[in-house]
This record gives sequence, structure tokens and C-alpha cells, in this order.
Amino acid sequence: MQETSSVNAPLLDVQGLSVSFSTDRGRVKAIDDVSFKVAEGEILSIVGESGSGKSVTLMSLLGLNDPKTTFVDGAVSFRGRHLLEMPDRELRRLRGKEIGLISQDPMTALTPVYTIGWQIAEQIRAHENVSKSAALKRAVELLAAVGLPNPDEAKDRYPHQLSGGMRQRAVIAMALSCNPKLLVADEPTTALDVTVQAQVLDLLLRLRDDFGSAIILITHDMGVVAEVADRVHVMYAGRIVEKGAAEAIFERPMHPYSWGLMASIPPIDGPRLPRLPSIPGMPPSPEAIPPGCAFAPRCRFARAACAERPPQRREGDHTVLCVLDAKEREELRASVLGEAVAA
Amino acid sequence: MIDAANTAVSPLISARDLTKHFTVGKTMRPGSGRTVHAVEDVTLDVYRGETLGLVGESGSGKSTLGRCMTRLCDSTSGSLVFDGEDITRTGERGLLPVRRRMQMIFQDPSASLNPRRRVRDLVGDAVRVHGIRKGRAVEDWLRELMDIVGLRAEYLDRYPHEFSGGQRQRIGIARALAVEPELIVADEPVSALDVSVQAQIVNLFSELRERLNLTYVFIAHDLAVVRQVSTRVAVMYLGALVEIGETEDLYARPRHPYTEALLSAVPQARNRGRRSRIILEGEIPSPLNPPKGCKFSTRCPFAKERCHAERPELLPAGSGRSVACHYPLGSAAG
Ligand SMILES: Nc1ncnc2c1ncn2[C@@H]1O[C@H](COP(=O)(O)OP(=O)(O)OP(=O)(O)O)[C@@H](O)[C@H]1O
Ligand SMILES: Nc1ncnc2c1ncn2[C@@H]1O[C@H](COP(=O)(O)OP(=O)(O)OP(=O)(O)O)[C@@H](O)[C@H]1O
Ligand code: SF4
Ligand code: SF4
Ligand SMILES: [Mg+2]
Ligand SMILES: [Mg+2]
Repeated sequence: MQETSSVNAPLLDVQGLSVSFSTDRGRVKAIDDVSFKVAEGEILSIVGESGSGKSVTLMSLLGLNDPKTTFVDGAVSFRGRHLLEMPDRELRRLRGKEIGLISQDPMTALTPVYTIGWQIAEQIRAHENVSKSAALKRAVELLAAVGLPNPDEAKDRYPHQLSGGMRQRAVIAMALSCNPKLLVADEPTTALDVTVQAQVLDLLLRLRDDFGSAIILITHDMGVVAEVADRVHVMYAGRIVEKGAAEAIFERPMHPYSWGLMASIPPIDGPRLPRLPSIPGMPPSPEAIPPGCAFAPRCRFARAACAERPPQRREGDHTVLCVLDAKEREELRASVLGEAVAA
Repeated sequence: MIDAANTAVSPLISARDLTKHFTVGKTMRPGSGRTVHAVEDVTLDVYRGETLGLVGESGSGKSTLGRCMTRLCDSTSGSLVFDGEDITRTGERGLLPVRRRMQMIFQDPSASLNPRRRVRDLVGDAVRVHGIRKGRAVEDWLRELMDIVGLRAEYLDRYPHEFSGGQRQRIGIARALAVEPELIVADEPVSALDVSVQAQIVNLFSELRERLNLTYVFIAHDLAVVRQVSTRVAVMYLGALVEIGETEDLYARPRHPYTEALLSAVPQARNRGRRSRIILEGEIPSPLNPPKGCKFSTRCPFAKERCHAERPELLPAGSGRSVACHYPLGSAAG
């Protein structure tokens, strides 16, 4: 079911994206040579270490980082148009209409002094020629679709009068308001209980099925990834270290960091563990990323060769940046993950 | 230390019929405005050294209950006792010593971090105000705290906007731990973290609980994480507690229909997201206008006539469990 992605011309094509920030400590590179494609109707999930650059990657390709302190390199094409060269006004028109964004922090997406109904209606009216009352009616329908109880009353609430999960759903409603061709969702379900989460995921799948929209989904919830993603990219310290179909990533992860990630998923049944497994150590700070494999200081299998930039290895369209060859990889994976995932 | 037997049974914090109402939609017109029943008649004891997991539907009042318990907002009615002292209406001055002993980790970390201040000050101020460490020891403590939450010590000199979402959340955790509290109300403390860092923080919470005899109220949507950290779990629905019990027993044998539905909806990575979820039909009620009888009756698959007329009380149901349901699951009559 995932095979279509390489055939269609990609909806979004990111090539060699690098992002650095100017800080008190000088210029710091947060994203290093990231490339990926998203096909129409595809759900791509980006997972990885907290601080690895998931949000920065997406914000910078949408032109949402502060241009005074952010330096972006590379090429991003969306439906054949080059986003990084696009004038601000045009880019703003694109966002919200063809590209919807659910940002990680709902409070930054909402203005505290307006009611949520008003904000969603304005978003609709910025891109569509409809009356105020029609836009407001749509806003209420959207709030109902994301499972807000009593949407007709909820529309008159200010952001601070909502719970965390209700605010998050208001932002989702806003991002969905124009049925975007590409939805960029950064941790859209963190504040939602599992029943509401299921409802929101169904809504995302419906957007894909009804409008052929593509979705980039950043999430830490591996259960959510497993449920909806077609493809998965794993980031570590500013680079994409593994790419593959969701099934392949869950069943035969290739990168030692991915193994550590899979092994850390807390189980919902079976005996409770005295301690959850985790990857020891900390990721490098962006100004001190080793030139070779950035995971080497924490990798149990690191060797001299890892001080060089690791080669790309592949199994079909499943790729990884790591020196391990196929044979050794199989053995070591089994030693880390045992039968749990290999099944 | 203090009499062990005594500390084991006396709660560190107890809420009795704690209620919090908000008014929304108020205009100049007299009589306008409607009441949100955010928390209603919650009676709850949290014992020293335990971790009470607090779960429930989004908007069910978990954050509000946490804020009322830590006196970050005033309750509308009911009472609150912390370590034997009634603090329901204690004024700001009287609260100062209590404030240090109970800390809240906020659901929305960015909103609680002043963007113009460096981490060193965001975390260090409370250390100085409450005199937790003095002179040079302050710096050592700050470095230790950073290490505890898995951030590099050099990050102390950075501003909040230079951090990722999960890093900011860890700064919030460091700030709460900085004053060495006895009670921590943690509102979604790990939901912005990848599973490996999440595991580190969850392990850390357990370690600190044992080492420093800390007490937690742990609010989270991730039921696997809640299972891992909690000694007991309380389930909220529409402002009320519907079930509370020992963690493993409650997960294995939920007795309230809402708890059962919640547990069935967990997506799992291990079996590629196949969940046999119970889909809740029916209208989602609003806290502006809660159903008359059982609050869950509009969506409960087992609702009977009595459920629409009479609100069930939270009653003991054996082996440390309490359930608010007329027909609890797994009972002979049910
Ligand atoms: N404005 C900025 N100035 C300097 N550094 C920044 C800035 N914004 C982000 N960074 C750094 O860039 C790195 C990547 O951050 P990003 O927010 O993309 O992480 P993330 O993968 O989204 O993490 P999380 O899962 O915690 O949200 C982090 O190390 C962060 O500290
Ligand atoms: N300041 C406020 N004014 C009016 N209503 C409020 C206010 N704060 C919270 N509420 C309402 O109180 C109810 C409970 O909110 P609360 O934030 O406690 O929920 P929650 O259980 O923490 O939800 P979530 O899981 O989404 O964070 C919600 O209906 C919310 O809209
Ligand atoms: S390249 Fe070396 S250090 Fe990096 S993940 Fe592979 S084995 Fe480990
Ligand atoms: S009291 Fe009735 S409606 Fe409420 S949970 Fe129990 S069975 Fe369902
Ligand atoms: Mg992020
Ligand atoms: Mg909350």
C-alpha cells in the first residue's frame, strides 16, 4: 500500500536543507543536509530525539523562523514552486490555504484576545470569499468535527478558558479549515486522551482520503505512528538517520538509535518493569555535533570507522546512515530487541 | 525519621468535596454568563510517598484539580488539607512556606517560562528566594538539576526560545525540583518527550520518590506511562472522579464503564496500532450543563433508567477500589 510514493511526482521535495541560528555563542547549525519527499496522499511521520530538529525542519521550510537570526540553505519545492525563494506575502497566502500547520505549541497559534470561533472564521475568510456568518458556521462545524463538546458555546471562549486538549483541537480545526493539500502536524495529539485522539486521527485520515492531502506528522507517540503512518523518518542530532516504510521501520529498524527508541516504548500490559529501558547519555548540543556519526558517543557498537561520516546503506527503499553491514546489523538488532519486534 | 506507621496512613494532601466553577460568556448584561462545572465534589487523599496517576477525558478537569490542590487557583467550595493544615483559604503570606513544599509542573511549558530570562535565572530564582542553597552551592545545584533532567549544563545560559518543545518541558521539571518539594503535581510532564527521554524522566521520578520520599500527582494521557509510574490511578470524567484503585488491578479489571472504554482505546506500537477500541456513541456532554443522573449516562453502553435519574456516588468496592457507578462491571448483579 505504500508503493505509490516513489512513482508519483512528489508534492513536497526537500533537498539539502540546512538551518543555522545566530546566538550569543555564534552561529549554530541545527539542521544538516536534510532531504526528503512527500507524495500526494502520503502520511510521513518524523520521529526522533527531543531536540533533534524536527520542528526546526518544518518551520524553516514554511518560512516561519525569525529571518533575522535564522539561516536556511537548500531547495524546497511544493507543487513545483520554490518555497525558500518565495516572497513573504505569497508564502503567507500559501500557508493556511494549501499548507495547513498545527504547531507544537497551541498557544503560539492562538491569539489570547479573540475567541476561538472568531479566529477560525478569520482564517477561513482570509482565503475564501465567504460571509462572516457563513465562516462562523463552518468554524462551529469544524469544532464539532474535532470532538469539542457543545461547539456552539465553545466558539465564544477565549483560549485561556479552554483545557490544554481543547486548545489543541481548536488549532487542529483551524489548520483543517481550508482542506490543505499538505498538512504539517507537529505533535497534534499530545494533549488528547486516547478516545479523542482516535477521533482526531480518523479526521486526518479522512482529509487524506477525501482530498488526497499529504500529511507530515511529527509525534513521539509510537502507537500513533504505527496506526497512521505510511513512511517514517528517524531524526537524530539534525540529520535524518533512517528512512523507510512504516512496517519496515517497526519490524526491521536499521539504525542503532532506532533500536534504542523501540526498546524504550513502555508496555501497556505484561509485568511492570522496575525501570524502563532508555538510551544512556545525552545527545550532543548543536554546536558540538561530531563530524562523523553523531550517535557514536552513545552507541554500544561504535568503532573507529564511526568517526567518519557514515555511509548510506539500503534494503530496497529502506535506508540508514550507519557503518554496520547487513549481516552484523541483523545480529546486533536481535541482541538489542530480541524477538519482541522481529515478530 | 518520623513514626513510619503514622506517615503511612495519614495523607499528605486531602481534598474534601472540592469544587471549582468558572463563569464564561459574561457580558455587561446582568444575569449573563454561564457556569462551567470544571471540578465537582472531588474527594481524594494522596498519601506520602505514593504516585497517584490522574487520567481522564480531555477537559474533564485534571489540570483544574491540580491547580486547586496546589492553591494556584481558589476552589469554589470544599476543603483542602496539606500535611494536617487546612489551606483552603490561607492567604498568600501564610501560603509562602507551603508553596515551597508543593510544586506544579505545567502542561504548557512555554507559557510559564519568561522569554527574556536565561534558564539560570528561571530555575535559580526560586532556589535563592527559598534559600535552598547559598552562595557557590547554588551553581552546583543548578548544574546537578540540569543533569537530572538530561540537559547539558551549558544550556543554563540560554533563553527559552533556543530550546525545542521537549527541552522546555524539562526546564519546567528542573524548576519544580529545584526547591526540593514534597509534593509535585505534574501535568503532562513527559508528553512532549521522545520515548527514550520519557523513560529517563519516568525512571527519575520513581528514583526520587524512593530516595526523597516524594509524593506525586501525575496527570497524563499516556496510559502506558501512567501504569509505569503510578501506585494508584484515579479516573476523571466531566469534573468528577469516577474510579480510583491500585494501578495493576484497575488496568486488569476496570469497573467503571468509562475506564474500560478508555483502556480499550490505547493505540499500541507493538501490534502495529491494532486496537479493539470501544467506540463511545452518544452525545459528549458539556460541563456547562452536565447530565442530571450519572454524568456518563449519555454515552454509557450499560445505562439503565436509574442512571438517568440518580447520580452515583464514589463508593468503596473492595480491595482499595472505589467506583461511582450503579452497575459496576464485574459485579454479580451487573
Ligand atoms: N531559535 C533558536 N536558536 C537557537 N537554537 C535553537 C532555536 N530553535 C531551536 N534551536 C535548537 O535546535 C535544535 C532543534 O530543535 P527542534 O525544536 O527542531 O527540536 P525537535 O526535534 O522539534 O524537539 P522536540 O521533540 O523536543 O520538540 C535544538 O537543539 C534546539 O535547542
Ligand atoms: N479559566 C477558565 N475559564 C473558563 N473555563 C475554564 C477555565 N479553565 C478551564 N476551564 C474549563 O474547565 C474544564 C476543565 O478544564 P481542565 O483544563 O481542567 O481540563 P483537563 O482535564 O486538564 O483537560 P486536558 O486533558 O485537555 O488538559 C474545561 O471544560 C475547560 O474549558
Ligand atoms: S555509525 Fe557507528 S556509531 Fe553510528 S550508529 Fe552506526 S555503529 Fe553506531
Ligand atoms: S451509573 Fe449507569 S450510566 Fe453511569 S457508568 Fe454506571 S452503568 Fe453507566
Ligand atoms: Mg518540536
Ligand atoms: Mg489539562
